Amino acid sequence: MLTYVVRRLLFLPVVLFALSLMIFSMMMLLSPTQRVAVYAPDAGFMKGGAEFIKDQIELYGLDDPFVIQYGRWIGNLFRGNLGWAESYSMPVGQALMDLFPATAELGLLAMLPIVLGAIWFGTKAATHHNEPIDHYIRVFTILGWSFPTFVFALLVLMIFYGWLDWFPAGRLSHWATMEVASGAFHSYTGMNILDAILNGNGRILLDALRHLVLPVITLAYVWWAGMVRIMRSSMLETLRQDYVTTARAKGLAERVVENRHARRNALLPVTTIAGIIVAQLMGGLVITETIFDYHGLGQFAARAAQNLDFPAVLGFALYFAVILVFVNLIVDLLYAYLDPRVKLG
Amino acid sequence: MKTIRYLLKNQLALTGVILLVFFIAIGSLAPVITHREPYQITPYQMPRSGFWQMPRPPSSEHPLGTTQGQYDIYYGLVWGTRTAFKIGLGVVAVGAAIGVVIGSIAAFYGGIVDELLMRVVDVFMSFPFLIAAMVLTTILGKGLYQMMIALTSFGWMGYARLIRSEILHIKEMDYVQAARACGAGDLRLIRKHILPNSLFPVLVQATMNTGSMVLAASALSFLGLGTQVGYADWGQLIALARNWIMGKGGNPFAFWYTLVYPGVAIFLFVLAWNLVGDALRDILDPRMRGKRV
Repeated sequence: MLTYVVRRLLFLPVVLFALSLMIFSMMMLLSPTQRVAVYAPDAGFMKGGAEFIKDQIELYGLDDPFVIQYGRWIGNLFRGNLGWAESYSMPVGQALMDLFPATAELGLLAMLPIVLGAIWFGTKAATHHNEPIDHYIRVFTILGWSFPTFVFALLVLMIFYGWLDWFPAGRLSHWATMEVASGAFHSYTGMNILDAILNGNGRILLDALRHLVLPVITLAYVWWAGMVRIMRSSMLETLRQDYVTTARAKGLAERVVENRHARRNALLPVTTIAGIIVAQLMGGLVITETIFDYHGLGQFAARAAQNLDFPAVLGFALYFAVILVFVNLIVDLLYAYLDPRVKLG
Repeated sequence: MKTIRYLLKNQLALTGVILLVFFIAIGSLAPVITHREPYQITPYQMPRSGFWQMPRPPSSEHPLGTTQGQYDIYYGLVWGTRTAFKIGLGVVAVGAAIGVVIGSIAAFYGGIVDELLMRVVDVFMSFPFLIAAMVLTTILGKGLYQMMIALTSFGWMGYARLIRSEILHIKEMDYVQAARACGAGDLRLIRKHILPNSLFPVLVQATMNTGSMVLAASALSFLGLGTQVGYADWGQLIALARNWIMGKGGNPFAFWYTLVYPGVAIFLFVLAWNLVGDALRDILDPRMRGKRV
């Protein structure tokens, strides 16, 4: 186990290096004039005119060979300088740090119904294999799998915001935003729900929850489908194993067999794909946050991409890739911990 | 014959095939069932009747209404079918080809080559697909082909992994050993025995992915990173509907047609591919044969 962890950790820099190389290569597809923005320290920088920009290209050596430019870029990264995000009028690093709690809050809240729902529906479908309920769940998942996130999101927005006016868009109501920003409300984590609880402020908590309902439903519905499919086939596979037959043969109640013997083992593949889900969830978050005007990383990425704000897009990509590498590492370790059959080394 | 019997027994699969045939018909008949205006440079550019922003409801002239900017929704849907096929089939075919070549090389040569190629796959996979495609489209610029290049660049890794594990598995099978013992050369083994048997899972995967690619492409279009403005593309039609979902004058559903028609088109198209892919997996997976009705 320890050797595996050490090996993975040693391999980590290699992966990160390859990732940075990939992102940098994509950036090098741009012309020097487009790339000069990465080096801009503040908002006034880009307003110097053509002559000035040419000087800056010279100054920062944007026509230098690939290797030299890459070295310089990495150097900047280590100093925490990701460039200037024109579309948010702040440094990219700052924006990423500020917006991360909002996205983490939404993502984590969405994971809850996705995982629990998937386990429940998947088990139901597998234990009632080929019965009507299995067919309904199968149809439901195929429909969900084919439903575009953005169409679903627009439809729920049309119904629950436009028509019923139950759940508004955005992250907080105006009054709540003012209250959170005021001195009386102490921001511990940047996640509204957690902060509201810590501050003992019920009104903010309710408002934050009200704004989270639609995005969470959107993310959950679309992702349920994929998870349920995996859980169902995994559970079917497990129910065919000999030890399940043994458990049944020795007279254990079907409930005990299903819950204790089969489901626990069937959950293993679901753990493995948790890393993939985090990655896919982020893609979904870009669309969901954009549609619900939820101020988080996803909206940041979408807006940056629409405005061709390259430093922001690349900074986001790098930031997220790094998070993902660590999530995958944790998932792999967790998997080994959960399944004694997996010997790492 | 077996396939036809299977289709008749399996309603979901039959629905998928019928939907797919329907879309193929719409796509191929596009020039016949739509009217091309003389000012259109390419038929993929949607015709517009005016420059008024507010969508207009269905009428005799525009059977499904017009969307923001007076683009005809019916025309956009019909020609958008061709765009969807182009994206789905193009991206998947090229992606699968790249994946199969890389995965096969890794599996045949093994050792350091395998290790190296698979680590490259890992790095590409550690980038979330939609985000990666988004970044690359931003850099390459707007347009159908730029978007397809971006989707392909980050869509080949799954096939590489799949074919690699299949080949590694099949290489050890008795019938391959038998063929080798009969004196079959490397190339003959690969061509006649290993590749044909390992390609089926890739085919299933590719079918399932065709829908996903169309979804991803329309998501990019929706974010304003996909096709040029006015290009007949379902994602774009939904992007144009986005400003109108709150309706007008107290009626939130005043512009329902701008969202529902293109939404249904994407949904049914992706559904068709998913159903067909699901059925293919059943047919090709001998363990499942005859088990499901």
